[in-house]
This record gives sequence, C-alpha cells and structure tokens, in this order.
Amino acid sequence: MYRYDQYDQQIVDTRVEEFRDQVKRRLSGALTEDQFKPLRLMNGLYLQLHAYMLRVAVPYGTLDGRQMRMLAEIARKYDRGYGHFTTRQNIQYNWIKLADAPDILADLATVEMHAIQTSGNCIRNISSDQFAGAAADEIADPRPWAELLRQWSTFHPEFSYLPRKFKICVIASDEDRAAMRLHDIGIQLVVRDGQIGAKVFAGGGMGRTPMIAPEINDFVAIADLLSYVEAALRVYNRHGRRDNIYKARIKILVNDLGAEEYARQVDEEFAGMKARDIDPPAAEFDRIAAFFAPPAFDADAPDTIDRSDPDFAVWLDQNVRAHKQPGYAIATISLKPVGGIPGDASAEQMDVVADLAERYSLDEVRVTHSQNLVLPHVRKADLYTVWQALRDAGLAEANLDLISDIIACPGLDYCSLANARSIPVAQKIAQRFADLDRQRELGELKLKISGCINACGHHHAGHIGILGVDRKGTENYQLLLGGSGAEDVSLAKITGPGFDEDGVVDAIEKVTNVYLGARQDDERFVDTYRRLGMEPFKEAIYG
Amino acid sequence: MADFLYYRDDAPHEEPAVTLDGFLDQANASAVRIEAGEDARALLPHLERLRMIEVSFPTFKDGRGYSAAQILREAGYDGELRAQGDVLVDQIPFMRRCGFDSFSPETPVDPATLQASLDRYDQVYQRAADGAVPVWKLRHG
Repeated sequence: MYRYDQYDQQIVDTRVEEFRDQVKRRLSGALTEDQFKPLRLMNGLYLQLHAYMLRVAVPYGTLDGRQMRMLAEIARKYDRGYGHFTTRQNIQYNWIKLADAPDILADLATVEMHAIQTSGNCIRNISSDQFAGAAADEIADPRPWAELLRQWSTFHPEFSYLPRKFKICVIASDEDRAAMRLHDIGIQLVVRDGQIGAKVFAGGGMGRTPMIAPEINDFVAIADLLSYVEAALRVYNRHGRRDNIYKARIKILVNDLGAEEYARQVDEEFAGMKARDIDPPAAEFDRIAAFFAPPAFDADAPDTIDRSDPDFAVWLDQNVRAHKQPGYAIATISLKPVGGIPGDASAEQMDVVADLAERYSLDEVRVTHSQNLVLPHVRKADLYTVWQALRDAGLAEANLDLISDIIACPGLDYCSLANARSIPVAQKIAQRFADLDRQRELGELKLKISGCINACGHHHAGHIGILGVDRKGTENYQLLLGGSGAEDVSLAKITGPGFDEDGVVDAIEKVTNVYLGARQDDERFVDTYRRLGMEPFKEAIYG
Repeated sequence: MADFLYYRDDAPHEEPAVTLDGFLDQANASAVRIEAGEDARALLPHLERLRMIEVSFPTFKDGRGYSAAQILREAGYDGELRAQGDVLVDQIPFMRRCGFDSFSPETPVDPATLQASLDRYDQVYQRAADGAVPVWKLRHG
C-alpha cells in the first residue's frame, strides 16, 4: 500500500487547517452559506435533508486495518455508529455536525486519509479494480497509475472549477470490475511491445444521459500519462458546456464533437504539453510502484480447502474468487444482508473487518463500486476461520453478484436531490428473493436502484435497473433491463410504464420467471435478455 | 473603487482594456479583456504588443479563465494578467498558480484572510504557470 512521505502528510495536514479556518469563518458569519458551499463541497461536505454528510476518500478503494479502524472510530465518535460505503469506493457519514468536520479531518489525517475533492466540480477520487494486486487476470497492478493520478489531480489549480465533476478509473484486466467505461475518463492498462501503457476512453457516464466512453487513444506511455490527461482535461475545461448543468459532463462534449474530433483536439493540446515538464521521472513511478509490490505471500500456503461445513461451502462458491498466488483467495464481504441498507456497515463490523484484514489478509481491505468490502489476500487455509468471524458479525451473506447484492443510492431517505426512496425498494426485493437457493438458481443478476435521474445507483448499468421518479407527488418506479457496467458494457432500456413500490417488486419477479423459463445452457439473465429482446419480458409484465 | 490586488513589480497598466474584437481591429491597443467563452489563443500572435490582459470570471464557478491564463503564460506572455469579476478569496491562490498577477474582484477581499490563504501551502503536486516546484521534483531532484 502507498504510504505518505513528509510532503503528502504536510499537504493533507495543511488542508485540515485550511478547512478549519473556512468552517470558523462560516460559523462566525463571515461566510454566507452561498460562499461557503463551494468550499465545503471541495471537501466532501454536503448539506443533506437532515444533517451534513461527509464523504471520505478511499483512494482506488484500498485501505489497511488501521484506516478501517479509524473509519469505525469516526462512526462512533461523530456519527450514529455506522457509515455507508459508496459506488465510488468511498465512505459517507450521514449525521455530521459542521463544527465537528475539521476534527474528523484531523483524525483522518493521522491515518493518511482525507476528504479532498470527494465532491465539487473537480477531479474526484480515482477509482480502480477492487481485486488490484490480487486478480489472476491483471497485467499489472493498476494502483501505482491511480496514485500518480491522485497526486497530480490534488488541488490542480487549472481544473478545480470544471464544468462538472470528473471521475477517472484505472483497471488492468479485460474483465472490468470497476465500470471503467462509465467514467469521464477510463483507463485500461495494456501491453504493447513489452511496455505497459494506457488505453484511454473518454466521455462515459450515467446521469440523465448515459453514455459508454469511446476509445480516444490506444496507447499512452507512462512517461506521457499526466500530460495526456492534462490535455484531455484542458479541452474539456475550455469547451465543455457551462450553460446547462445537465449537459455539462464531458460525455456531452465528446458526443457532440464526436470521439475522433475530441481525440484530435486532445492530441493538439498534448503536443504543447510535453515542453511543460508535467510528467514526473520514471524514478517517481518506480517509487510509488514499490509500495504496491506483491506482499509477503506464504509460498507454502496449502492450496486445498476443507468444504465439509455446507454453509461455508455456499459462501465459498459465491463470494470467493481466484487469486494469482497459489494457496490464496480473494474473499468479498457482502454489505447486503436481507433487510439491510446496501453498503452500510456498523462501527463494530468495521472493527471486525480491520482485525481480519490485519490477521488474515496481509493488512489490506478493499471497497468495491458494488458497495461491498474485500479481503484481497486470504490464505485458503484461513478462509473457514475468516468466514466464521464474518458470520458472527453478520457479514457472511453469500450473495455476491446475486439479485440481493443490490446497488442502491441513499434515495429520499437521505438525499436532497432524490425523487423517491431507494432503500425500502432494495429491502423489499431482497426479502422477496430471500431464499438463497432461489437466488443461486437465478445466478448472476446485477440489480441497481437510483432514487432519481442522476443515477447514483447505476440503474443504467443494471441487468435489472430501477429508477425512482416522482409522478404527481407519489413515488413511481420505472423498470429497466439489459444494462451492464462490466466488460460487456451496455445501457439498460426502460420496459414501459412505471410501478408503485410493490408493483416493481412483482414485475421483477415476472421478468426473472421469463428468464428461468427461457434460458439456454448457462446463460445469465442478461444473456437471455440480449438473445430474446425486450418483448417477452414486456409481455409478462404488462400483457 | 472596488478592490484591486497587484502582485507585480512594475506599475499597473493604465490604458483601458478593449474587447477582443476591438483589440484585433486596433493595431495599437495594448490592453484587452477576454470574456469567459473567448479563445485566449486568438491573442497569441499579438503577445508582443500586449501589456495587460483581463480575463472575465462571470461567476466563480466558471473556470475557463484558469485555462486561458495557463495558455497565455505557456505561450510566454509576461505582461499583467488580471482576473476580474466573481473572484473569491479562496480562489486567488489557484489563480496565482495559473499565472494571474492582478485581481479586480467584484466583492471586497479580506486582506488577512487572503494573505493566510496565499501563505498556507508550502508544497504543490503539479506544474503550473507559477513555476512552483512539484513534490515529485523535490523527491528526485
């Protein structure tokens, strides 16, 4: 894992003092709420329906045990004993007092964490593959690239008042576990002539106008990465629309110009960038990469697992994935218990995860964009012990990628933008499909719920998506089918008229029944949908 | 007179700024104002005769002027570069980094707050027009 040096620490500590000063000016009345808003937003502090919400950055979703324990401590000390892991691999606290915010940031800084640029129209937390450094299919660990981008983007003076927020993702395998092509800039590391470089996509995103990012460059060398991205951002900062907040994301610019023309403008800008000495020397990349060298794996770790406990075997089959190191496995901790709030974890649960990470996962935890946690480096021989501890903490739900592994935004229960509640719908769906055998029979089924058109719950990318809208003062839920945020990326389509809360749960049951009746071989729900098209599903719902 | 902040050693340029179109039509004009949507690159052939460029910030949210400033400085412009409009005290350090060296904010700026803000950060992570040395350079010399 990356560790701060004196410079990184100094910058984060200074940020704490800066924000303390800004909060002081707000509390004294020297700043109006209007003047304070852009300042607090640049530091992840939102004014929500009931209280302030603080979003803490988890760079590329990687934490160690000490950091996870601090997140638990903050939940206990300043919130109501829990936190909410987000689709951007961050954590949010929903019940924060403004006067406490500087102290929270000071506590975070003691464990090399911050809330810098977790909101505002700037470059947000860099996201990545939650299996980075562990996945058998990666060509390299993408996190050194992400850390290089994190530092470059932190307090970037030219790009702190962009037309709109800006999200960058870096992955390093063909399997896309991070919804890379639904980012403003998506980067996939590829190998060419023995060198690793970045294949760059631009202009993806969800929101009210979802778009899949087209490729704009097939290979950018590490030595040019920052100047190329700087060029891409400059074209956007200068030409992205500012007249309409709903058309201000880069996806609209890229779509209006066409990917080819946008890429040409970036190349033109890039041509002038190299003279500016923007790119750090190879020694800096090597310095960062050294922090992500493979941890000290036990070369003699046994490669067999005792499956005699049937409940454990179910979890093993559902939540555990192959690791590149023999004798190790990647275990996903579901934060989606039936009846729970997707992504929520209590302080006690965070402490349990911190302990398990330290003892059994080489001191690493990951946050996934699906709002789950991961222990990336568990010896196969320790999996049963880990599972027992998770089970005792209510964290052993064996539903990874199943219908109850739902992504949901906070919705109208918390969010001031929402039109409808998301959490109760997620809970009802999970309850309807509570029988795990039934879920496993349905197989991989990614269900995603947003409480408004801004699509924080990724409904466009759901095999099944739900969009909550306000229809004449009552909550109404539209059903969408056929989306994917993975390497088979696609955008979901609306089935037809919406439903009330119970109606949409019934409709989901009907479409899953169509799938069960029609699937061939080992087709997933989305495969059957793609083969058959919308009609039979529509017929079952509305016919 | 509204606040005027000046960070240059020479005397402020007195000639009033003309619009970009006006400037391109007048061979002797030496001060120009560009609006947020106007292309700063249109000035690049004329940098020799320019003494002052004013960049408009219609709202603090409109960040196009930061890129305009960077482009002008990267092209070698070393005359006065003024940020005018909805310029907030907490934005001035970033504007300084992008090459602005004078400010004409619409609402007055508290001098003590501004000074604290300008003095706050000793380190930066990236290159910009101010020439500050990024930490990667400090790390590797």
